[in-house]
Amino acid sequence: MAKLNRLQMAWRAAQDLQEGMVVNLGLGMPVACSDYVPEGREIIFQSENGVISAGPLAAPEAADPDLVDAGSRQITIAVGGSVIDSTASFAMIRGGHIDVTLLGAFEVAANGDLANWDSRIPDKGPLVGGAMDLAASAKAVWVIMEHTTRKGAPRLLDQCTLPLTAPACVKRIYTDLAVLSVTPAGFVVHEIVPGVSAADLQAATGAKLIFAPDCGLLVTPDIADAS
Amino acid sequence: MAIDKRITAVAEKLQGIKDGATVMLSGFGGAGFANTLILALRDAGPRDLTMVSNSATHLLGRTQVLIEANMVRKVICSAARGRGKELSPFEEQWKAGKIELEVLPQGTMAERIRAGGAGIPAFYTPAGVGTDLVKGKEIRRFNGRDYVLETAIEGDLALIRGDLADRFGNVTFRGTQANFGPAMATACKLAIVEVFATQAEAIPPERVMLPGVFVDHVLAVGGR
Repeated sequence: MAKLNRLQMAWRAAQDLQEGMVVNLGLGMPVACSDYVPEGREIIFQSENGVISAGPLAAPEAADPDLVDAGSRQITIAVGGSVIDSTASFAMIRGGHIDVTLLGAFEVAANGDLANWDSRIPDKGPLVGGAMDLAASAKAVWVIMEHTTRKGAPRLLDQCTLPLTAPACVKRIYTDLAVLSVTPAGFVVHEIVPGVSAADLQAATGAKLIFAPDCGLLVTPDIADAS
Repeated sequence: MAIDKRITAVAEKLQGIKDGATVMLSGFGGAGFANTLILALRDAGPRDLTMVSNSATHLLGRTQVLIEANMVRKVICSAARGRGKELSPFEEQWKAGKIELEVLPQGTMAERIRAGGAGIPAFYTPAGVGTDLVKGKEIRRFNGRDYVLETAIEGDLALIRGDLADRFGNVTFRGTQANFGPAMATACKLAIVEVFATQAEAIPPERVMLPGVFVDHVLAVGGR
């Protein structure tokens, strides 16, 4: 079976962003989504340090340490964008003005519980950032994550084992094996990568899967991932 | 005598900062750190500080110098994890029990600071409800949804980085320098802003991003 790499996962999620949406991308895999929005589709990327319409990374000669995104990357601002302070940025987030937030996750439960802030690494401090505000208040919470841990243990579970970021908030999940949604009945599978059977996917998941009647193949372009 | 908030040296202004003070440091991802002022505070040397800063482990700003100088007793932040496996100076002292940590959702932290400067003692927010971070805090239901009560944070000193300032203490920011700066200026008894340059001439009113009413001193340090 051919698992998607991290950039292919970002590509797949990006295809579901619609014209005019206000979207906040979390650190890690989600920020790569902005590179794969279909040509001609205008999306407004909000970054919680106060950037509205974050553009591509700045070219080395144009990089400005005073202009960064929430991942501390030196960026550009797209046409029509603006800059606000942190209190206004979180008023925008808390006030329900973000259509979609795409976040990374350690674990997601079948009821949509999200755990993405404390992986309990000994002696390392916790990193909350803006994830709790986003998960509580964005109109839709989508997650990009690897389907299992490096050791093969499932990350999609009946119940999270790690501390929650927010309860019952996740609506869609893009993994390296499948595209799923979270419904009142649990995880529903909409797409699976070629070569992975329903039984394989169920074996890699810690909760019962429901397969959508129109469940199809998860196919992406070849994208080299150097990381 | 005309109003003039421009200063040429900051050491004397920091003498009144006592042990146990609450100090707010603006800055996010390399933008908006008052690095010159932070070094001046280190040299002033107050101890047992409560440091309010978005991250306890900034690599791109000098907030860690106060921790390395053993001046910090408590950190209030949203991010307390250093990059990589190596422990940051903060994590070393936190692990050793020398620093108390209060970690908050970033929007809750911003709003608690804003509330501190806006005469609002507490507010309800949805962020953090249902998580370990709000254990022991009051939960109240409005319109069928649960919210957590969060209290204002006020400070003794705010150290902020801006771009331009005039003699009235009016400040502009460039890029994403503003982040927590404007709110921190409102929430602290003493607010000092370091900027690329100061000018006697007033900044046009509609260009002012932080009014001088909230600013005590401005110091030109260059470095744009």
